Amino acid sequence: MLSITNLHAKVEGKEILKGLNLEVKAGEIHAIMGPNGSGKSTLVHILAGREGYEVTAGSVTYLGKDLLSMPPEERARAGVFLAFQYPVEIPGVNNVYLLKAAYNAIRKQRGEPQMDAMDFLTVVKAKMQFMGIDPSFLNRAVNEGFSGGEKKRNEILQMLVLEPRLALLDETDSGLDIDALKIVAQGINELRSPEHAMVMVTHYQRLLDYVEPDVVHVLADGRILKSGDKQLALELERRGYDWVLAEAAA
Amino acid sequence: MNAMTEALRPYTEGFKAFASTHADKAVWLKDLRRDAFAHFTAQGFPGERDEDWKYTSLRPLEKRGFVSTSSVPEQIQPGLLEPVLLREQPAYQLIFINGRYTPVLNDAVNRISGLHITELSQSLQQDARGLQTWLAPETIWKRDSFTALNTAFLQDGVLIECDAAVHLERPLQLIFVSRQQPQPSACYPRILLRLGAHSQVTVIETYYGLEGSANFTDSVTQILLEDSASLEHLRIHRESPGDFHVSRVAVDQQHASSYTSHTFNLGGLWIRTDLQTRLQAPQARTVFNGLYAVNGRQHVDNHTRIEHLSPDTHSDELYHGIIGGHARAVFNGKVIVAKHAIKTNAAQSNNNLLLSRGAEIDTKPELEIYADDVQCSHGATIGQLDEQALFYLRSRGIDAQSARGMLVEAFAYRLLERIDTPELRAYAARQINSVLPGLATVMEPL
Repeated sequence: MLSITNLHAKVEGKEILKGLNLEVKAGEIHAIMGPNGSGKSTLVHILAGREGYEVTAGSVTYLGKDLLSMPPEERARAGVFLAFQYPVEIPGVNNVYLLKAAYNAIRKQRGEPQMDAMDFLTVVKAKMQFMGIDPSFLNRAVNEGFSGGEKKRNEILQMLVLEPRLALLDETDSGLDIDALKIVAQGINELRSPEHAMVMVTHYQRLLDYVEPDVVHVLADGRILKSGDKQLALELERRGYDWVLAEAAA
Repeated sequence: MNAMTEALRPYTEGFKAFASTHADKAVWLKDLRRDAFAHFTAQGFPGERDEDWKYTSLRPLEKRGFVSTSSVPEQIQPGLLEPVLLREQPAYQLIFINGRYTPVLNDAVNRISGLHITELSQSLQQDARGLQTWLAPETIWKRDSFTALNTAFLQDGVLIECDAAVHLERPLQLIFVSRQQPQPSACYPRILLRLGAHSQVTVIETYYGLEGSANFTDSVTQILLEDSASLEHLRIHRESPGDFHVSRVAVDQQHASSYTSHTFNLGGLWIRTDLQTRLQAPQARTVFNGLYAVNGRQHVDNHTRIEHLSPDTHSDELYHGIIGGHARAVFNGKVIVAKHAIKTNAAQSNNNLLLSRGAEIDTKPELEIYADDVQCSHGATIGQLDEQALFYLRSRGIDAQSARGMLVEAFAYRLLERIDTPELRAYAARQINSVLPGLATVMEPL
């Protein structure tokens, strides 16, 4: 589904990704871990199409298409979704309006008819209940005045409504208490299926207690230095990252 | 002949013609016109050195040389007014075309219980007795050149008086239509509004330009709110891209009266509005809400002035500006708290969104506080569309143009939230939506 080959990228002239390779197949969940500043967030932002990154070499293919040549909205309509580490507050745009506009933009792309407003509300309300989100949320402005946990839950709600083929989760677990983490994990597991794939960027192993990854990668110094199964995450939790760096340097 | 005399010539000639065809029965009125016109010619148009006009040049207005409108009232197809007619709820409507009252819609405005509506054209031709206290005081007509000019040429408008304790269910809408003339013309409407004690009224003042109009409207609105009277006042500017307008609104508020203004500057080429209120007794409160959304080469200047002249008075002001293309906007909001006006509460805020490199805003909030024990705040912001919010929306599948549109709309709709009545809010939304798509699309990157 996603194939990243020798990706090099700069931010403000500084090289952050230095030849990154990653293969993600449909149905897989990949966890990307690594020290601060290793390029984890840069990677998912580049995949989502954020401006300000200069790709200097390499390629990204998504469902057979050149992902990097597509504007962000086309990526989203093709099934790429980024759950933001810091979801943006948008005063004056309410949640249901955004959800409906996003949902219909994606359906339009697939040649499906726009969903009737009432049917749409029924779908959204069911998913809100699943995510433990209060109904009053629908008419509130996007993320405005939300707590950190509410913002993260809202990201996962959007993901469940939009049902992306490829979900990129940027530290969705950070700043969550254990109850919120469980709900967020439950949302992520809900989307898990043979058709959907996910790339989760995380600092901590604890999310992986609730969402079992198929592959765990260590991203450091702009490259994937080591990959393994969920045992690798436990080992990282115990030993830190230094041994991976040392091993790579050897 | 110097430049100023040259600029005034169309008005001088117009006034001669006006005086020769116009015989006022009331001597005071004839004298008043003469004095007002003399005052106008002595003052001339305000210059750049006038602090009140620092960012708005009178040159474009002077160059046009507007002639006086013919005095024959015109007819119009009501369908042409559909875009600005209040349809969201039943309303009383009065139509003025190029300043002249025209009975277009079959409204029974003269039979509303407790409300007295006098067409100024009729009244002025008769003894005009009831108008003298409104028009004649020097403090009114000498206030500035444009009020003097309006007074000299005054022919039409409306006097609205509401009896005490009357709650008018339907809004009263006054529509001033600018329509193409053989030569660009000037008109001088006057609105006089008195609300008796405990009465409650909604008035919508709408200025609308039909295709091709390029006229000058010099309007003056005077409002008197007696004890506990309440007025909700919408002013919609949707003039044509060639229209000029200088609009003055002066409100006097008595004890516990409430005035709420919603100004929407959405059209015209060159628009200046001065809105002022004087809070003269305790518990009087005023709310000024405003939105200007301009594009192309439009120029819009909002000057507001709130005078807290009594203790325990309240004001709340919010203006939002959206400026695209090479448009220019000016905001000057003055709040004055007089020496004895303790326990005053005044909040003012002006936020601006610049959508293009060529757009300009000059904003100046001014607080003059001469009393202790008051709560006053003010602030102004100037910004661009939030790039992070744009990316967030696009990452959800919304195209760049629609995403910009959503953010511009959200910024504009902040002012709609301040209209309590759902029907009026829907009407205002319809007016705003006539210009927003244009602003969201015609955008060069900054």
